[in-house]
Amino acid sequence: MSSAILETVALTKHYGRFEAVRELSLAVPAGSISGFLGQNGAGKSSTIKMLLGMMRPTGGSGRIFGLNIEEPSESIEIRQRAAFVSEDKRLYDYMTVEQMIRFTRSFFPGWRGELEQRLLREFELPLDRKIKKLSKGMRTQTALLLAFCRGAELLILDEPTEGLDPVNIEKVLELLVGFAAEGTTVFFSSHQIAEVEQIADRVFIIDKGRLLLDAPLDEMKEEYRRINMVFDTPLQTPAFALEGIERVRVDGRSVSIFASHNIEGILNHAHALHATSVDVLPVSLKEIFLESLKAR
Amino acid sequence: MFIKPNPTSGVPIYVQVMEQIKHVIETGALRPGDQLPGIRALAESLVMNPNTVAKVYRELEHEGVLELRHGMGAFVTDKGHSRSRTNKLQAAQSQVKQLVEKLRRQGLSEDEVRRLFEAELIREEELLGTR
Repeated sequence: MSSAILETVALTKHYGRFEAVRELSLAVPAGSISGFLGQNGAGKSSTIKMLLGMMRPTGGSGRIFGLNIEEPSESIEIRQRAAFVSEDKRLYDYMTVEQMIRFTRSFFPGWRGELEQRLLREFELPLDRKIKKLSKGMRTQTALLLAFCRGAELLILDEPTEGLDPVNIEKVLELLVGFAAEGTTVFFSSHQIAEVEQIADRVFIIDKGRLLLDAPLDEMKEEYRRINMVFDTPLQTPAFALEGIERVRVDGRSVSIFASHNIEGILNHAHALHATSVDVLPVSLKEIFLESLKAR
Repeated sequence: MFIKPNPTSGVPIYVQVMEQIKHVIETGALRPGDQLPGIRALAESLVMNPNTVAKVYRELEHEGVLELRHGMGAFVTDKGHSRSRTNKLQAAQSQVKQLVEKLRRQGLSEDEVRRLFEAELIREEELLGTR
């Protein structure tokens, strides 16, 4: 898990005046399961499209397997070695599931036939149904099957559990965990923070095209805290301008602090201000995500 | 034997799984010399990151609870079993420490805290006595 398999440096995309991605620098460690979080329109899909050579960056650069994403011949190699599931789960509507699989399989010599059979059973996909007639969930499952069976070194997945029920979401997460155990790197975006929290070891949070947070998940959970305090007399917000404090909410005599580090220092300060009650609470990734967005 | 960790709890998943394994050893469900599941098997059955499972095993090896034999897997050590009592006491001590600090911050005096602890122990004894 030392070197980066996917790396961007100041990657930027403008659509006319709109800045979709702004100087984004990411490094996805080889062998990791990295979660890519952001609101709708935060720039996740634009970033992924640039990585796969489907869209030209306005500025900055990116490399996957050390290959330049902007160089057409290198981009082809990237797309051979990395499997991709797009946000819209693009497939050929006029084909049946079976035809779609056979068609895709012909391009990839490392196709995993056994896995294909297993996934067809587990996902209960109707082989003879036209792609056009598939439900949203089945469409996602078909796109995942096609990506998983390629035997890729890197999986780039945009909303891989979209439209799936909880049982099938868990199946997909279990599969991703299995691929990671084989050494495959997984880079996936999701709206489901709990999913990211369950299987990711690294999390990237972006907002308005900018990177807000990039850290190992365990580290975040060990360092971030919510600190609730009560004082005898109402306090002013400026009384809490300390390192590590991301957000302060003062409500009469109670103060709620969201902190990313320096918890000890903040507690000492609370003590010095004669807080009558102090509670330190661990936080979930959802809270970290929501607070990081608000803190800006 | 193991249950899925709760990802949305603020406690890191690796800490939750470490505690589960220690607990399983304390209860005797796993004994010295017993082998733990492989990294992939445990990651898949608990639907958690295999790198996190590897971290759990490394940390437990560091604590002397497990022994990692190259290419063979993770095994419970003798030390892990006998040390479990010590670990339990250490964990309890840190819980007591946190509680005492919290009560002190709420403005309780040392004496009051001591009285509360004693009263609680006496209440427990009485409860057990009447059973």
